[in-house]
Amino acid sequence: MPFSVNIGHQHYVFADLKTLLAKATPARSGDSLAGIAATSNEERVAAQYTLADLPLRHFLNDVVIPYEDDEVTRLIIDSHSAQAFQLVSHLTVGGFRDWLLSDVATTESLRGLAPGLTPEMVAAVSKLMRVQDLILVAKKCEVITRFRNTIGLANHFSTRLQPNHPSDDAAGIAASIVDGLLYASGDAVIGINPASDNTQTVTRLLHLLDDVITRFDIPTQSCVLTHVTTTLELINRGAPVDLVFQSIAGSQAANTSFGVNLAILAEAQSAAHALQRGTVGNNVMYFETGQGSALSANAHCGVDQQTLEVRAYAVARAFSPLLVNTVVGFIGPEYLYNGKQIIRAGLEDHFCGKLLGLPMGCDICYTNHAEADQDDMDMLLTQFAAAGGSFIMGIPGADDIMLNYQTTSFHDALYIRRLLNLPPAPEFFQWLQTSEIMDERGVLFSGAALPPRFARALVLPGAS
Amino acid sequence: MSDTKKDSWHDLQAYTSARIAQGRSGVSLPIAANLKFQLDHARARDAVHTAFNIHSFIDSYLAAFPSADAPLCVASSADSRGQYLQRPDLGRQLPEAQWQQLRQSLKSEGGSDIAVVVADGLSSAAVQRHALPLLALLLPAIANQGFSLAPLCLATQARVALGDDIGEAIKAKLLVMLIGERPGLSSPDSLGMYITYSPQRARTDAQRNCISNIRDGGHSYQQACDTGIYLIAAAMEKAQTGISLKDESMLLDSPTTTAIPFLKPSA
Repeated sequence: MPFSVNIGHQHYVFADLKTLLAKATPARSGDSLAGIAATSNEERVAAQYTLADLPLRHFLNDVVIPYEDDEVTRLIIDSHSAQAFQLVSHLTVGGFRDWLLSDVATTESLRGLAPGLTPEMVAAVSKLMRVQDLILVAKKCEVITRFRNTIGLANHFSTRLQPNHPSDDAAGIAASIVDGLLYASGDAVIGINPASDNTQTVTRLLHLLDDVITRFDIPTQSCVLTHVTTTLELINRGAPVDLVFQSIAGSQAANTSFGVNLAILAEAQSAAHALQRGTVGNNVMYFETGQGSALSANAHCGVDQQTLEVRAYAVARAFSPLLVNTVVGFIGPEYLYNGKQIIRAGLEDHFCGKLLGLPMGCDICYTNHAEADQDDMDMLLTQFAAAGGSFIMGIPGADDIMLNYQTTSFHDALYIRRLLNLPPAPEFFQWLQTSEIMDERGVLFSGAALPPRFARALVLPGAS
Repeated sequence: MSDTKKDSWHDLQAYTSARIAQGRSGVSLPIAANLKFQLDHARARDAVHTAFNIHSFIDSYLAAFPSADAPLCVASSADSRGQYLQRPDLGRQLPEAQWQQLRQSLKSEGGSDIAVVVADGLSSAAVQRHALPLLALLLPAIANQGFSLAPLCLATQARVALGDDIGEAIKAKLLVMLIGERPGLSSPDSLGMYITYSPQRARTDAQRNCISNIRDGGHSYQQACDTGIYLIAAAMEKAQTGISLKDESMLLDSPTTTAIPFLKPSA
């Protein structure tokens, strides 16, 4: 069904819902690459005017990828809660934006609303929101998840310790883990991106992480970020798997290109549940997403990359994940060209994920061929934390020597903790205190000598 | 820098090139570490944005290979670095006129066994530093295998798949592309070698074999050349490249430590 609007003397027509959403999207290189972006600034605002007048109800009867062709669309439609939706069913997209900002929309009402929202509704409203709107509304959402600690409590902030090494070298990885722990990082997860998908390598790394967590008695969880089918196989062989990782996208075709579907994800979730390795909860899934992944897999179906990103969150929410991480600047400048586009995308993703009820973290990152630098990362980090973001990455010196990109460092996390007074997950914070790494005010130990727990376990090369 | 805190575990730096134990000023990065990061990022940015100096490369190439044909030079359909970065599709295509020019440059109707392309990709620094020393090993080794070689081709604003257009135009049975890889902060000059049998438009990455990370601290020229020759010979014999052609030579397998020497055995 086409949509049209008159702006001054100009008549604009948008052929269908996906075209309207694409044209209303704030500018980014990926939509231009796909050939679906607005062709002028005025056309973009014309689309936003049109979208603002669209009733939210419309999204229940008009889809961007056909129901018959796509299991993500079927999941969205079939799992929609009409009862939860009633709260906002009378609103247009523009009216929904005003409602979200109003004092009627509280932490409690937003929690109840989440099952009544579809990804397309949420993507649509985000396109009408400025950065300050995205921050203010997201800050009202609270999404709490648990495995060996509690992630997402208001005014807390978690980090994934990411000790990657280009040859999966055990000593190299362990050196980064020690560095991270002594910098108070790792409550979201200690998660390795392995250089090799080899099952023996992945098994070796799973045991390495399990040994460290057991030996130092750390209330956190481990993950080796390999394909879900590899993890499933290793669970069946008895490897110590805490979290199941998978990259997911917002169309069935893109997920197919990743070698996954909803049935495989459900099988893996159920296998990890059965291990009963969580102590305070059983959220066992860890998903990563990122705007542009469907386009790069040539599976975007004419839908803009931000709407597809939010559709990926519909996949995530079907599996009650512990962590969802939008890897916002990793994919390259053909999708998000510069710091401005990366920053907005990160805040959109966080807002949309939180509104849908997901524990959203952000890999605040860039590659060296993007028009971005550390200043841009500082801006996104500060805004993401102000918006109540759940977790970020932590890596030595912001330099991932395996994946060749820059993400947030252990130091960056300490900066944001100090600036906004954000302690880590309570169980992990307690561990940091008993380990004499941090005091009860969140002040890090001096670093001049190892804390006793580490001094007992480590033999430093130069110490003999 | 009197207020900077040093980290007592800095000796662990011996085990990884990751930026561990950098110390703190308050909770922030000390100035020395901060400047080192800025320098490395500047180098990586320069590697992306500095143009591939074709003329000086040709001079060096002809000095190294005095009897070689003059290289052919092409540019992709991306007309600027900015466009190249945002439109990878254009970086994969030769303009029609250039395709025709390459086709007309053919000396023999049947083409050749192997064509080698040197392309800027995302790091001109990689190409300027590593392409010639690698060619010095690779070209004689290809000739030793008895394969015929097309004239060297130099390509700018190029993605890997530009080699498909080039290889098709000059009728090469197999195309070897040496191309600058996405620069890392600690590796701004990493070169990649992509091998594609029967190059033509619409080939996918699953139909290529790749040797990446050719640089100081990565794969040596000799490792890259030996693996490359192994893959080229296997590809010409089996008439295919890609995931079906695994690297069984194991030349690039680097041993990894599985023990952690600085961790005492648990009690």
